[in-house]
Amino acid sequence: MSHIYDSSIRKPLVIGDKTYHDVTVDVAAPVEGKANKHWWIVFSIALAAFLWGLSCIIYTVSTGIGTWGLNKTVGWAWDITNFVWWVGIGHAGTLISAVLLLFRQRWRMAINRSAEAMTIFSVIQAGLFPIIHMGRPWLAYWVLPIPNQFGSLWVNFNSPLLWDVFAISTYLSVSLVFWWTGLLPDFAMIRDRAVNPFQKRIYTILSFGWSGRAKDWQRFEEVSLVLAGLATPLVLSVHTIVSMDFATSVIPGWHTTIFPPYFVAGAVFSGFAMVNTLLIIMRKVSNLEAYITIQHIELMNIIIMITGSIVGVAYITELFIAWYSGVEYEQYAFLNRATGPYWWAYWSMMTCNVFSPQFMWFKKLRTSIMFSFIISIVVNIGMWFERFVIIVTSLHRDYLPSSWTMFSPTFVDIGIFIGTIGFFFVLFLLYARTFPVIAQAEVKTILKATGENYIKEREANKHSHHE
Amino acid sequence: MSSNKKYWKSVEELNENSSIVEALRNNEFVEEIPTNEFLSDAESLTNSSTTRRDFLKYVGFSTAAATLAACEGPVHKSIPYVLQPEQIIPGVADYYATSVFDGFDFANLLVKTREGRPIKIDNNTMPGAKFAANARIHASVLSMYDSMRLKQPKISGKTATWADVDAKIKSSIATVKASGKQVVFLTSTLASPSTEKLIGEFVTKNPNAKHVIYDAVSSSETLDAFEMAYGERALVEYDFSKASLIVSVGADFLGDWQGGSYDAGYAKGRIPKNGKMSRHFQMEANMTLTGAAADKRMPMSVADQKQALVKIYNVVTNSSIATSKIDSEDAVIKAAQQLKAAGAKGVLVSGIEDKNAQLLVLAINQVLASESFSTSATRQIRKGSNAKVAQLVADMKAGSVGMLIMSGVNPVYTLANSSEFAEALKKVSLSVSCSLKEDETASLTTIAAAAPHYLESWNDVSIVKGSYGITQPTIRPLFDTKQFQDILMSVNGIAGSYYDYLRANATSNIGGSSWNQVLHDGIYVGASAPATAASVDYATAANNLAKSKSANGFELVLYTKTGLGDGQQANNPWLQEFPDPITRVSWDNYATISRIDAEKLGLENHNVADGGLNGSYATITAGGATLENVPVIIQPGQAIGTLGLAFGYGKKAALKEAMQVGVNAYSLYSNFNNVQSATIKKAAGEHEFACVQSQKTLMGRGDIIKETTLEIFNTKDAAEWNEVPKVSLDHEEVAATTVDLWTPFDRSVGHHFNLSIDLNACTGCGACVIACHAENNVPVVGKEEVRRSRDMHWLRIDRYYSSEDTFAHDNEKKENFKGLFGDKGSLGGFGEMEKAADNPQVAFQPVMCQHCNHAPCETVCPVAATSHSRQGQNHMAYNRCVGTRYCANNCPYKVRRFNWFLYNKNSEFDFHMNDDLGRMVLNPDVNARSRGVMEKCSMCIQMTQATILSAKRDGRAIVDGEFQTACSNACSSGAMIFGDVNDKESKVATLAEEDRMYHLLEHVGTKPNVFYHVKVRNT
Repeated sequence: MSHIYDSSIRKPLVIGDKTYHDVTVDVAAPVEGKANKHWWIVFSIALAAFLWGLSCIIYTVSTGIGTWGLNKTVGWAWDITNFVWWVGIGHAGTLISAVLLLFRQRWRMAINRSAEAMTIFSVIQAGLFPIIHMGRPWLAYWVLPIPNQFGSLWVNFNSPLLWDVFAISTYLSVSLVFWWTGLLPDFAMIRDRAVNPFQKRIYTILSFGWSGRAKDWQRFEEVSLVLAGLATPLVLSVHTIVSMDFATSVIPGWHTTIFPPYFVAGAVFSGFAMVNTLLIIMRKVSNLEAYITIQHIELMNIIIMITGSIVGVAYITELFIAWYSGVEYEQYAFLNRATGPYWWAYWSMMTCNVFSPQFMWFKKLRTSIMFSFIISIVVNIGMWFERFVIIVTSLHRDYLPSSWTMFSPTFVDIGIFIGTIGFFFVLFLLYARTFPVIAQAEVKTILKATGENYIKEREANKHSHHE
Repeated sequence: MSSNKKYWKSVEELNENSSIVEALRNNEFVEEIPTNEFLSDAESLTNSSTTRRDFLKYVGFSTAAATLAACEGPVHKSIPYVLQPEQIIPGVADYYATSVFDGFDFANLLVKTREGRPIKIDNNTMPGAKFAANARIHASVLSMYDSMRLKQPKISGKTATWADVDAKIKSSIATVKASGKQVVFLTSTLASPSTEKLIGEFVTKNPNAKHVIYDAVSSSETLDAFEMAYGERALVEYDFSKASLIVSVGADFLGDWQGGSYDAGYAKGRIPKNGKMSRHFQMEANMTLTGAAADKRMPMSVADQKQALVKIYNVVTNSSIATSKIDSEDAVIKAAQQLKAAGAKGVLVSGIEDKNAQLLVLAINQVLASESFSTSATRQIRKGSNAKVAQLVADMKAGSVGMLIMSGVNPVYTLANSSEFAEALKKVSLSVSCSLKEDETASLTTIAAAAPHYLESWNDVSIVKGSYGITQPTIRPLFDTKQFQDILMSVNGIAGSYYDYLRANATSNIGGSSWNQVLHDGIYVGASAPATAASVDYATAANNLAKSKSANGFELVLYTKTGLGDGQQANNPWLQEFPDPITRVSWDNYATISRIDAEKLGLENHNVADGGLNGSYATITAGGATLENVPVIIQPGQAIGTLGLAFGYGKKAALKEAMQVGVNAYSLYSNFNNVQSATIKKAAGEHEFACVQSQKTLMGRGDIIKETTLEIFNTKDAAEWNEVPKVSLDHEEVAATTVDLWTPFDRSVGHHFNLSIDLNACTGCGACVIACHAENNVPVVGKEEVRRSRDMHWLRIDRYYSSEDTFAHDNEKKENFKGLFGDKGSLGGFGEMEKAADNPQVAFQPVMCQHCNHAPCETVCPVAATSHSRQGQNHMAYNRCVGTRYCANNCPYKVRRFNWFLYNKNSEFDFHMNDDLGRMVLNPDVNARSRGVMEKCSMCIQMTQATILSAKRDGRAIVDGEFQTACSNACSSGAMIFGDVNDKESKVATLAEEDRMYHLLEHVGTKPNVFYHVKVRNT
């Protein structure tokens, strides 16, 4: 399959005069070389943010949720906003590695490793919030259906929060296994090149004794396919279940059947934006421009544009259904969303998520690296606001006007959010220095078919043949 | 019994001298233990799989295991009774009937004690015990466990013994007598026959002695009027249940007017029966509970009220006294004509503190021959005379008072001329203050005599003429205290204790009944004859009133708030945290002002980002005094040109820092006039209020508080005024209540609890809020936290204003929205509806957990910490809760409360749960919640279960009325009725079947076990 040549109108996926050895060297370079000053600066900032977030978490757990800005009416705000945001970001990884694998999209090969790393790291951030948002997080294990001596106590299978537990843990474990499976030949490559015995030992362990025999490769392909099959439904299920936290409730603005597809589209949207953010930086810093090409960025921009439009349609549908339902509480919830005290959050969401991706219709813009980077940030801001809008504006004015109030975050709310961003980047930066950030084994399988020099060579041969 | 049998272990034992037996006795192991053999077998030792390290591991493990096994859980020692008191069974509550009058509030009570500790105030329901506890009396039990109380007597600020105090007082009396100066008893109104007798005896023996009665909030003019007309100093008792037409000119009779306690009678007449209910007109300056309940409320300055009163007098008595024109002239005349037409079924009351005005009230009611107006069982709870207090201060200044003994008063705080009083106090050679606290006055007097709380003392009280109640102690005095009466006994030279005196004296007050019977009942009601009216020249009074001048500038109307009243219990965190029923602001007093005046003066109210309410500061000058930094609340319904300000705040002495809130309105109360000419101007800065309700209006959501008019109620079908929401099922419109997603559950077996709340009867008095607080150990969270919308009240009373002139018009406006933009657009329209009208209709709605049979909270909890009982209660298992708050988010009624912090034993929340004494008030049947768990109304399951158990033990059926919750028990207006709907004969089952019944947010399909009754207005 790997030598099925692409149509000549397709752009090359590996640019420049890259041989198989070049691929190895390029991918191993960040792992084998030393970190530069920029890496250390960014890492220090991320670490500082992470430690600040950690102290905010410790403060919360030791003092109480009261350190946050929540109140009797708004029982969730930044905590669950951040949770959904991070889970959403996690979606692109699986989509790229699993769904695109099933669809035999070769362009995924340069980006799936990092996209999936992003997935895992962001799911870790996401998983943090359901635990620390609990009043008594030391009892978090009570949400697991483990046999216990408390009597006949068991978890409540009706609760979407419990479904979340299963959805997120399944997602994290499947993603992790999938990611690691893909990493095995690449770890083995680094192992084989390592000169430092310590490094060698570590990569020996990480590569699970990969030997490179034909049988290894055959199993590798099979497992990848099976895992892709397993992971694909998860792309849909995880965010569907997260959306059910809201959809199954009775609160106007939450109680909406459109949520599952809307959330999944939004998740893919934000996930791709985050992949763009990360890879645009990484291709530069790690000298991987030849592998992560404008072509990749453009394709991702197209997905961002499409999912952004789906999300936009969902927003408008919500408004329409609110009006069409004839339910005054529903109508007011959406009117208040767009024009109430949190109008700025709603319109930030609308601008960032619906209007800004429309620029991607222009080829010039979607192939501009700087513009793509800016839009990717804007989209993630917008998607954070989407969750904030859904959670806070629905809660702060629900049924009984007597309970209406407002929410304002404290420094702890903000600190924890920044801390998770720090934690995420700490993980990602460490990953970028120690893991093969491109699935080089896979890229090598398409090098002949889509490498620029091979294509040129082929073209040249074709011409000479004719002559 | 020991046995002589001997069991042989072997045959050898038969032979006494057997060497084997001997050998065995000396050496248990006959064969030598082969230690050497074992140790010398090096091979097997080295081959053994148990290495030395393993051995050490085993030792280590066994030691650790043994140590751990030896650990026990923490031991909580409880001290058992050495001698078990006969009447106290641990775990079983005892109740004592008592009556209380603290100089301001009064009630007939049943005090619940557990293991000897009073923990809860309930109403005495014996016939004749008609005065129910208000919010302050319900909270008073906590004031006993106040750690800031005066714990022993002090002389000149130094701790002393009672013997010293007695000696000092006695010697001083002798000196003063010799010097010819006065000995003055300055007390609040006592209404205690025995105490008055004791003072009387002293005054008889000592002609230089006198008794001055001082009410902090004076009713002197009203008393003067009644005295003039009927020859005694008392207040008329009104029975509003007998009235079909009530006209109130500035009388907040559902609040503290004449001491309050009129709500039960009023509510009785407000529930439509046989197509009839009373009609109520209210003319007032401040927005009060009474105005909120009225069918027609006319905001009116007190000056206009006086004119209105004369106009009504003109109509009712066919007189033609000249009056000045007022704004709501027509409405007043209409009300007067209706009053006249109502005749004996009509009643007029007035809160204007003016002798002439009060004379007119008497005249009008006499002419009407009002059935509600009674001069027989007159109220004895206000006796103070402004003139006498003024005279006393003058005497003190002149140096003619040698000794001043005070009880139940705090003039240094409550007098407008308090500095003058404090100065004059220095000229008194011996001053004594009998006080619970080392308050402003007690810290200036020579002797601060620590007084016991009413729950620790004996006394008697005659609230109304002819009735006699006994105050009995429910606990031994917590501190080294002595009651005022015991001091009187000692100065009178009477041996024994006040109890003996009281008991001997009671005989003359209890008719044929016995002491034990009266003590058991808490009350004895005898007969009393109507007072005879003297002839009074009412026309002159009317003329004088009509000519009275109006205030210059603003008219400042001083009032008492439902929470703190006269301010005696300012250190009570329950009352401080209690949101005012009207403004819903806690932890503060403030100047209320109309929107129009506020705009003129540039005064503002606005909500900040976290929902907290901010208000401008103002400087108010009245009666020669100035109050700086008075926070301002823009009050819908406030009469233009008037300001309201509540007494009871701004206290500093003997208060925890958190309670030192508000400004002292007494400083503006010059000449005991509750209406002052005032000037107000904006001051710099903004005040941060702790307001629990930021949205004032109902937003046209008429299905939340359903209401109709009496006319529609009488003539139309219930489906019209109590419409059940419809949903589409299989393309057909059906009632939402009939659609069910869930498999039905048979609730007909056992008990099924329901709570009925009649919105017609609820006056918003808040007694239930405090009762719930006390019963369920609800934490107090403090001003900052309340401001952040984190109040913990399980039961709240929502107050809504209409945005148009009536709620009906609000609904209409919303129905008629067309499109988003334009005049009738919903975008602008909803914005307008957020603003309250200038004279809005008001509605109250008590909301607690609705105990939904299809509870949205129950399905979403991941750990099943909240679940349903077959008795209809929605349970909350605190121990199971992990605190996700999902339940609270999914609650359409927003009644769940989260423990954001640890609220007990936490110095950050230094309220009663942070000290040993304060925690004595906790109900042992309800656990105190830890931080991180959700809590909410349990429908007082501890009470219903106790009822079930006691009936089961007695082997009897439960009678209707036995099942109660704290709120239904506290509700004196009959608005809350609790019971078992499976008992078809029960009151609540009947109420559930009535036409007026509806559930809150029926369309959500939650099927609550709390239901409401449609509010009917007689407009």
